[in-house]
Amino acid sequence: MKFSEKWLREWVNPALSAKELSEQLSMAGLEVDGVEPVAGEFSGVLVGEVVECGQHPNADKLRVTKVNVGDGELRDIVCGAPNCREGIKVAVAVVGAVLPGNFKIKKAKLRGEPSMGMLCSFSELGISDDHDGIIELPADAPVGTNIREYLDLDDTSIEVDLTPNRADCLGIRGIAREVGVLNNLDVCEPAISPVAATIDDSIAIKLSAPEACPRYVGRVLRNVNVAAATPLWLSEKLRRCGIRSIDPIVDVTNFILLELGQPMHAFNLAAIEGSVNVRMANKGETLTLLDETEAKLNDDTLVIADDNKALAMAGIFGGLHSGVNSDTKDILLESAFFSRDAIMGRARQYGLHTDASHRYERGVDSQLQRNAMERATALILQICGGEAGPVIEACEEDKLPKQASVLLRRDRLARVLGITIDDAQVLEILERLGLNVVQTNEGWEAKAPSYRFDIAIEEDLIEEVARVYGYNNIPHVAPTAALSMLPSQEAVLPINTMKSLLLSRGYNEAITYSFVDPKIQSALFPDAKSMVLPHPISSDMSVMRVSLWPGLLGATAYNQKRQQGRVRLFETGLRFIPQQDTPNGVLQQQVIGGVVAGRRNEEHWDLGDSPVDFFDAKADVEALLALTGKTGEFSFVSAQHSALHPGMTAKILLNDEEVGYIGAIHPQFTKLLGVNGRVFVFELEVEAVVARKLPSAAPVSRFPSNRRDIAITVKDEVSVGNILSYIEEIGVNQLVGLNLFDVYKGKGIEPGYKSLALSLHLQDPEKTLEEAEIQQAVDTVVKGLESEFEAALRE
Amino acid sequence: MELDAIINQAKELIDAAQDAATLDQVRVEFMGKKGKLTDLLKGLGKLSNEERPAAGQKINVAKQQIQQAISAKGEALRSEELNKKLAEEAIDVTLPGRTEAPGNLHPVSRTIARIESFFGELGFAVKTGPEIEDGFHNFDALNIPANHPARADHDTFYFNPDMMLRTQTSGVQIRTMEAEQPPLRIISPGRVYRNDYDQTHTPMFHQVEGLMVDKNVSFTDLKGILHDFLHHFFEESLEVRFRPSYFPFTEPSAEVDVMGKNGQWLEVLGCGMVHPNVLKAVNIDPEEYTGFAFGMGVERLTMLRYGVNDLRSFFENDLRFLKQFN
Repeated sequence: MKFSEKWLREWVNPALSAKELSEQLSMAGLEVDGVEPVAGEFSGVLVGEVVECGQHPNADKLRVTKVNVGDGELRDIVCGAPNCREGIKVAVAVVGAVLPGNFKIKKAKLRGEPSMGMLCSFSELGISDDHDGIIELPADAPVGTNIREYLDLDDTSIEVDLTPNRADCLGIRGIAREVGVLNNLDVCEPAISPVAATIDDSIAIKLSAPEACPRYVGRVLRNVNVAAATPLWLSEKLRRCGIRSIDPIVDVTNFILLELGQPMHAFNLAAIEGSVNVRMANKGETLTLLDETEAKLNDDTLVIADDNKALAMAGIFGGLHSGVNSDTKDILLESAFFSRDAIMGRARQYGLHTDASHRYERGVDSQLQRNAMERATALILQICGGEAGPVIEACEEDKLPKQASVLLRRDRLARVLGITIDDAQVLEILERLGLNVVQTNEGWEAKAPSYRFDIAIEEDLIEEVARVYGYNNIPHVAPTAALSMLPSQEAVLPINTMKSLLLSRGYNEAITYSFVDPKIQSALFPDAKSMVLPHPISSDMSVMRVSLWPGLLGATAYNQKRQQGRVRLFETGLRFIPQQDTPNGVLQQQVIGGVVAGRRNEEHWDLGDSPVDFFDAKADVEALLALTGKTGEFSFVSAQHSALHPGMTAKILLNDEEVGYIGAIHPQFTKLLGVNGRVFVFELEVEAVVARKLPSAAPVSRFPSNRRDIAITVKDEVSVGNILSYIEEIGVNQLVGLNLFDVYKGKGIEPGYKSLALSLHLQDPEKTLEEAEIQQAVDTVVKGLESEFEAALRE
Repeated sequence: MELDAIINQAKELIDAAQDAATLDQVRVEFMGKKGKLTDLLKGLGKLSNEERPAAGQKINVAKQQIQQAISAKGEALRSEELNKKLAEEAIDVTLPGRTEAPGNLHPVSRTIARIESFFGELGFAVKTGPEIEDGFHNFDALNIPANHPARADHDTFYFNPDMMLRTQTSGVQIRTMEAEQPPLRIISPGRVYRNDYDQTHTPMFHQVEGLMVDKNVSFTDLKGILHDFLHHFFEESLEVRFRPSYFPFTEPSAEVDVMGKNGQWLEVLGCGMVHPNVLKAVNIDPEEYTGFAFGMGVERLTMLRYGVNDLRSFFENDLRFLKQFN
């Protein structure tokens, strides 16, 4: 809601500057978003009269005028505006005037003709962007008066960002009341006296949906001159509240909307057949709206109809057919109370949002309609002439909102706020707010006025008291609570520990959007279904990720394009996998993933410049898994994945269950992804790695350990991982350590075979091992490898 | 006299020795089996019983002197040799180490971690929840009925009318209150989503919401805890103000502003006393329990704390940006 400060001050005028007033409103919960002067900064502009206006001798588009500004001399002024003509009253910037932008008016010659000033347009004075021509002032504007005074321009437009509960402040009346409360001042409401009917014309009004519209006030006005000019005071008030002047009828209804907060509508009486019926729309019924679009109505939409058709979407938008146009002579004015529930969300359904719907869906004072009608009638008759019929009111009293009577308990107030406020002060605050208060033993029984329909429960009163008392007058006190210890499961690995590990291994943490580009996601995961956002920000952010990889790869490309070739990023977050029989049909699974690309090491005087390979990424994953204390339960097995290089992909298993993948991005995607070089990615289900094994200590053997090295050859396709786990599994008693210290292919080894060098560490907890025992253990291993993997011992 | 000459000769040779081998030759020459002093000792037998002890003692003294000289020289030679070796081993200690520079937590995570720590120390448990929510947890239970204008203000990403990306982490509070009975102290950090993208809005951002429900939780407590938090978070005694506002799920409600360095108030969080309808929706008796709730935008706090001026930089993941948060 944007309003004119001067207009507000007509109602209530606290001794506060615009800035102080704004601060006060903000601190009362009516947050001021902006305060702007209603005109640019200028001086030396006076009301003048164009006494003569003739063609410029040397320029087709210019006119030479003589202008009277009331100081006894006529000024020669050259003017280029098409509407400049003899007899009009204008805004004259005389020599010495300073216009917005520090533009100084000096004596000048324009194409040979002297010019002693300038006739101004609204835009030149920083009042509006209207630069169609010069300002035409009313004929009675007193020549010589300063324009700032005449137009009352030392005013500001104050914009308040109102919360949905304060619909009562969607009009000057409500804001004035609020300012009155805050400053303990009386509000001087303009007197609204009934306008007597001078004709009998009336129309029948039927309330077919009284829950939605319990009160409808109408009035016939005949012989109104819709071509009359809206007076400047009115169009200026509208402008300062952010509404353009259209025609006098619309301007008056908008004035009432701004002043009282009551939306009104005017129908062309001639377009109404029979009576007015306020009813629910029939499903599929159509209505052409004032903006000439056709709305197909739902049956939850309230309409104003006549005997044959819908005329307007009630409380939202008028219809074109029944709208006031330049031929209209007779009108039906509407001032209705529509219930909030009947309007809420409806405008949105049709993609509409109007000043009327904004108010009705937040609520309107149910007692306001008749007053609004009288005020509007008086203004229209004053501006457009014509004659008014009697006020017609259809009302179902029992369907009107009841003014709530709410008990505010003294104890509850103190308990919720944490302070005790004097009874007298509470009473005073409630009464200033316009509530009808009865003191009881427990506290206060308060009945809200019809315009404070937001007050329905005790908390509403507590908030009002706190707000007027001032939140900043309430002390801040550290809360007290029982010192109960939070449980902490040692067997659950904190995600921050995993993050720290990756950080210390040179990864930076990334946060990428949870919605990704469907082109990339479906390329990498062609078989995965994903959740699609029907109304995304853009098409490349329109599907929910099924993996962290699309986001991380996007970040990789982003960095590589900016000379950041060495990329190590990880992310933790949810992936979204559509799945029946999960809540909302989507598995929202926490994963930790990473991407590695570029050099293995930063450029360094001693470390080589090799690019990263699979085993760099694998080492990081192995380190993560090691945090669980269950290294032996995890395994990496060769696998295939749609996104990954077929020869550089491993599935990560926890016991036998798949918990993640690691691999090189398939080279066929590098162009699509915009990445350079080989890029390695991994992703693990967090749930699989958070379960940590608690340590269970065993005594350390005091006897020496013995190392025996063996070298074997096996076929290339035999996985080393299988060999290592086999050796561990066959359970040679004294084996305490096993290392693979060389893998060799080439000279001396038959093609298709590889040589593996292993060290076995043997130790007994109870004794020093004899050579024979050691040899026996080694033999067991060698024999097993021979039979299981067709391994041959190299002597 | 012969003895003195031998000593002098030995000392000269010892002084002249340049390495351990030469020195050893000297030792052999004088004190070996056929050494000069050994010969003299052998010659003692020719002396009379009276002369023998004195002569023997003299020779022994000489022997000791020579032995000492050899030891001292040996020590000097070894020390010289060690020094030489150490000098050869010297390196340029200013060369950069063979290290992997550690990476950094994302600044948003860093802020969340700090918030978790401040509230964790007061016994607030960290709770998380789903990001795709149903209408009940995202709106209804929070006292935001369908068609309520507050829903329209949320710019929600809907999948269908009853399924959406959560617009706030408050759903986690509802889930917690459904599962646990007061007293409750929780915070819920996480991603939230709004369909809005410009200079000051990203369609995804982070919130931390807090909730405390107990027998006598009051507005003064809410003010106290947030006041403390803001001072500790910014490590400055900032001016803080509580401004009345409206949220469907709290009443009274407030927005909290801090005074910026430019002299302008900046809104940093929203809060209020939990609305009785919210407590009722999860079967907590509002007559028995009261509570407060607050919610803060993590990106806003991070920007203020570290001087980040473009919100969008949080999700570009530019390494040159991320590496600054060490």
